[in-house]
Amino acid sequence: MREIRYLEALTEALREEMRRDPSVVIIGEDVRHSLRGVTKGIIDEFGPDRIFDTPISEAGFTGLATGAAMAGMRPVVEYQINALIFVAFDQLVDQAQKLRYMMGGQGKIPVTYLVVASGARRGLAGQHSDHPYPLLVHMGMKAVMPSTPRDAKGLFKAAIREDDPVVVFAPAALLPVKGAVPEGEYTIPLGQAEVKREGSDLTIIAVGPLVPEALKCAESLASEGIAAEVLDPRSLLPLDRETILASARKTGRVILFDDSNRTCGYAAELSAVIAEEAWDSLRAPIRRITRADVPVPFSPPLEAYVLPSRDRLLEECRQLLTGSRA
Amino acid sequence: MNPTHPLDRDKLIGFYRTMRLIRRFEERVVELVNRDEIPGVTHEYVGQEAVATGVCHALRPDDVITSTHRGHGHILAKGGDPRRMIAELMGKTTGYNLGRGGSMHIADLSLGIYGANGIVGAGSPIACGAALAAKLHGIDRVAVAFFGDGGMNQGVVHEALNLAAIWKLPVIFVCENNGYAISASIKEMAALERLADRAAAYGMPGEWVDGMDVLAVHAATTRAVERVRGGAGPMLLECRTYRFVGHFTAEKARGLKYRTEEEIAEWRKRDPLVIYPAWLRQEGICDPAQVDAEVEALLEEAVAFARQSPFPAPDEALDGMYAVPYPGFPARGW
Repeated sequence: MREIRYLEALTEALREEMRRDPSVVIIGEDVRHSLRGVTKGIIDEFGPDRIFDTPISEAGFTGLATGAAMAGMRPVVEYQINALIFVAFDQLVDQAQKLRYMMGGQGKIPVTYLVVASGARRGLAGQHSDHPYPLLVHMGMKAVMPSTPRDAKGLFKAAIREDDPVVVFAPAALLPVKGAVPEGEYTIPLGQAEVKREGSDLTIIAVGPLVPEALKCAESLASEGIAAEVLDPRSLLPLDRETILASARKTGRVILFDDSNRTCGYAAELSAVIAEEAWDSLRAPIRRITRADVPVPFSPPLEAYVLPSRDRLLEECRQLLTGSRA
Repeated sequence: MNPTHPLDRDKLIGFYRTMRLIRRFEERVVELVNRDEIPGVTHEYVGQEAVATGVCHALRPDDVITSTHRGHGHILAKGGDPRRMIAELMGKTTGYNLGRGGSMHIADLSLGIYGANGIVGAGSPIACGAALAAKLHGIDRVAVAFFGDGGMNQGVVHEALNLAAIWKLPVIFVCENNGYAISASIKEMAALERLADRAAAYGMPGEWVDGMDVLAVHAATTRAVERVRGGAGPMLLECRTYRFVGHFTAEKARGLKYRTEEEIAEWRKRDPLVIYPAWLRQEGICDPAQVDAEVEALLEEAVAFARQSPFPAPDEALDGMYAVPYPGFPARGW
């Protein structure tokens, strides 16, 4: 199978969906020249009536997308920087996410929000380094975080076709990564986790850019005779509880590996789901490796210290197994 | 009032019917809130009827509006059904929003009502989106964004004004300046006397109109609609008006006092529900009492309909959040 980059997979998804459905339009900052690369060349094929460079006004164009969606369009909104969704928060969670419910189920709001370059990218400090998915998921917003080029294309396409607002988090760390992507038409439905590596001794549930890290960790553990299962939820809401619980029950040991803040973070929710539903299968306490509860600092050693790392995961896995074997 | 008005008799009577309906709707709502038949509080539109009426009667049925927390008047003027509105206010299953939204969120997409909105100014960019969609679909539909003088100071309204201006979107921004953002006088909250002057900063026309005069509002909106529908880009219309009552139903009980009795009395002299029917009678256009009787009967029926309607089953609370639901979502909290 051909290998393409994560970023290229996103572009392919967008092109295919724009060809398939004339109501798909792109709205965002610097999307014609494609600062981030996802919309590269799109304007040449689809013209200025399908791709709109906006002023720097995140709340304004986010709200505009909501109104356009209510009136029959299918906008894809691109945010150039992860933290820009904070600027648009009312329009995301109070408007786009709540309106259908508050209107008694009238209409639909099929907007896809693409957060390109989500997460820390070395040296960008506190206001450019977040993965803000727990906040949105907390408010009931559908959200996905693909970890491979194949998943990126399939989930982005599914998100665009979904008749509800969906946020697609494309982690900065993964954008240049290459991977196998099928040639033919496919989507990956929301709400389906994937076991990326089978194992029987413990389950690492890794989110987004930490999935490849978890796989490398599992590789190291294998050489020590430990079989780690690596599970990628992919879809954060809806969440595939069944696949997660099945893995937790199978191995009895769970480590959550998540690059969002610890307090009220995504790992906290996963941990609660497992503790509530699979308590009797657990052979050890659930462990969480998350980001520290501070804004991401600038200086490289400080930055590295607050982010979850493969080394910490490895250490935690070893401890967990030694502790529970005793 | 101009006695040689070009509008036909039905149109002129229609203005009164809508204004009277809004006024009496609001008065009935206050009664129902005070009797606890409507939960929470509502934000009455009493005094501002000429604005919603003048604006919405200049629109086509397929034109879009976004409304505010003080939205009953806009919704009635755009053709909203008082029965389903009262039912919604009572939280009944026959309400516009199946009891999910209440007073501040009434929407009827089939009438182009993209929702009243509990967040000040938040509807403006949504109206721009509806206008963009119309433009892309090649439909000459207009969107009206209502907001108040308080909303005029919200950042998102300025973002919307700018977006509409640069893309020449068919949007009319209607700033309904009633002088007060809750208890704060606009005189203290904005340095400009005429908020419509802000339009100049976005390269669009701004017009000021007497919001107590339904004929003036209607004429100004008709001109605006003509311009905007013709593709000339958006405009800002400031309607200077006044609410005779508090910001919300419970204000009286709280003893809030931020306006003088003299000021309210001064504006009361210009009550559109006094001046306009007197003019209709004087011009021999109609006997307003007949319209009053029709409106009373309509509201009586609406209240009865709402009272007879059932409450939703409690577990319906989890329905309708997603167009595409998944098993187990939204989650229950127990």
